[in-house]
Amino acid sequence: MFDNIGLFVETISKGLLLTVEATLGGIVIATILSFVFGLAMLSRLRLVRAIARIYVEFWRGTSEVVQLLWIYFALPVLIGYQIMPLVAGIVVLGLNFGAYGAEIVRGAVQSVPKAQYEGCIALNLTPAQRMRRVILPQSLVEMVPPFNNLFIQLLKGSALLTMITVHEMTYQAREVLITRHVSQAATIWTIVLLFYLVLAILITFGMRLLELWAGRLVGRKPPQRGLLSALRSRRGRAAAITDAAVAGIGHTSDRSGGDR
Amino acid sequence: MIRFDDVVKRFGDVVVLDELNFSVAPGEFVTLIGPSGSGKTTILRLLMTLEKVTSGQIFVDGECLSHMQRGSRLVPADEKYQRKVRQRIGMVFQQFNLFPNMKVLQNLTEAPIRSLGLSRAEAEERALELLELVGLTEKVNAHPSQLSGGQQQRVAIARALAMRPDMLLLDEVTSALDPELVAGVLALLKDIASSTDITFLCVTHEMNFARDVSDRVLMFDHGQIVEDAVPDKLFSEPDHERTRTFLRAVLERG
Repeated sequence: MFDNIGLFVETISKGLLLTVEATLGGIVIATILSFVFGLAMLSRLRLVRAIARIYVEFWRGTSEVVQLLWIYFALPVLIGYQIMPLVAGIVVLGLNFGAYGAEIVRGAVQSVPKAQYEGCIALNLTPAQRMRRVILPQSLVEMVPPFNNLFIQLLKGSALLTMITVHEMTYQAREVLITRHVSQAATIWTIVLLFYLVLAILITFGMRLLELWAGRLVGRKPPQRGLLSALRSRRGRAAAITDAAVAGIGHTSDRSGGDR
Repeated sequence: MIRFDDVVKRFGDVVVLDELNFSVAPGEFVTLIGPSGSGKTTILRLLMTLEKVTSGQIFVDGECLSHMQRGSRLVPADEKYQRKVRQRIGMVFQQFNLFPNMKVLQNLTEAPIRSLGLSRAEAEERALELLELVGLTEKVNAHPSQLSGGQQQRVAIARALAMRPDMLLLDEVTSALDPELVAGVLALLKDIASSTDITFLCVTHEMNFARDVSDRVLMFDHGQIVEDAVPDKLFSEPDHERTRTFLRAVLERG
């Protein structure tokens, strides 16, 4: 039963690069759109707010699968030009997750205390300086954990690209392996799951580093009980694992207990 | 320097300021006292353009805060006009409102560089002078979160002074401090008041301080000025019963 594991891993690995490309591309576009439309939702101009709201509601409120099929199969008919599958996939992931991200940015910016705006006014900073120099830097630390969730969902969403013939990991499993080794479907799909899990953990690791950086930006001390600080202080492996188990709790209290 | 003309401020149905008239001369140190909710802090917030008047007008050196001249008509002030008028006004807040994403030095140089157009070198030189004035030279590279409340408030005072204001608004600047840190901040303010010609408008519950540094004290109640007198008169022999009961309550509390 386990004879073919080497072959399975190798075949799925051939889709790894495309999964990573689609995910990273999607993350870049989603992040840019999140900031553009998240800030637009806070604009003083009604028209700008309305446009941002329409974007968010449309891309959040329609099916991701249908969006993908539409861009790949319907749009070419309308514009007479076939889009590369990977490009279509990245665009849809970016637009779709950007809509969720815009709400994250909006919420984080609004969570900065009003007193900070008033401090800016008393120092006569312009609205643009206020946002760029004071409010946004302070909101970053609030954005990172929800963006972590979002990026992991985006990674998993990249499996949908199999429907528009992007040869990513899920495609490799379904179209290449299962057709030939259908009796070992359980093994094949388990390996695919583990691939996604490892990628998700890598995203979380990166985002934790980002969170530490954003926390330092506003003068917060790194959490004492977290996987990263455990690793950094080179304590024993056992301690690190225990800490990882309580990281969820410690994490929350660190954030609410910040000095602002 | 400052003139309030029939200023009314309402929050919903609540009248916070009721047709208020008063003025402050250049270089004067005026303290506002009175029970909570009597409208003292609202006066400072209106001057800082953090709130808008409901009706009436506020003038700073003859220029109206809330409205500007366009042709022959008065129209609500736009952002650009407001920034010009409030450039001369600084404010120190009860909760300091330092920027936690900047070190102490940046807190002091950010606005002078971006708003006054100073060079970085000029702004830093001035920031270091001011840190010396407030006795925090060694904290120049600290984060606000690493400072005590008293130290944060000193930085906030230095930050306001870095904008070279003609007028400084002090909004209960010692109310959030541990009791033993209050004296130091008040001594610093007294020092600044006596060594500069900045006009001060100060809301405080520190009656000894008010008596010590003020040129005039205004007693507020229900959005109205109950009594307007020099500190010795107001604290020793106030004309009004309301002032007397207020002072008694405050002094008994400690």
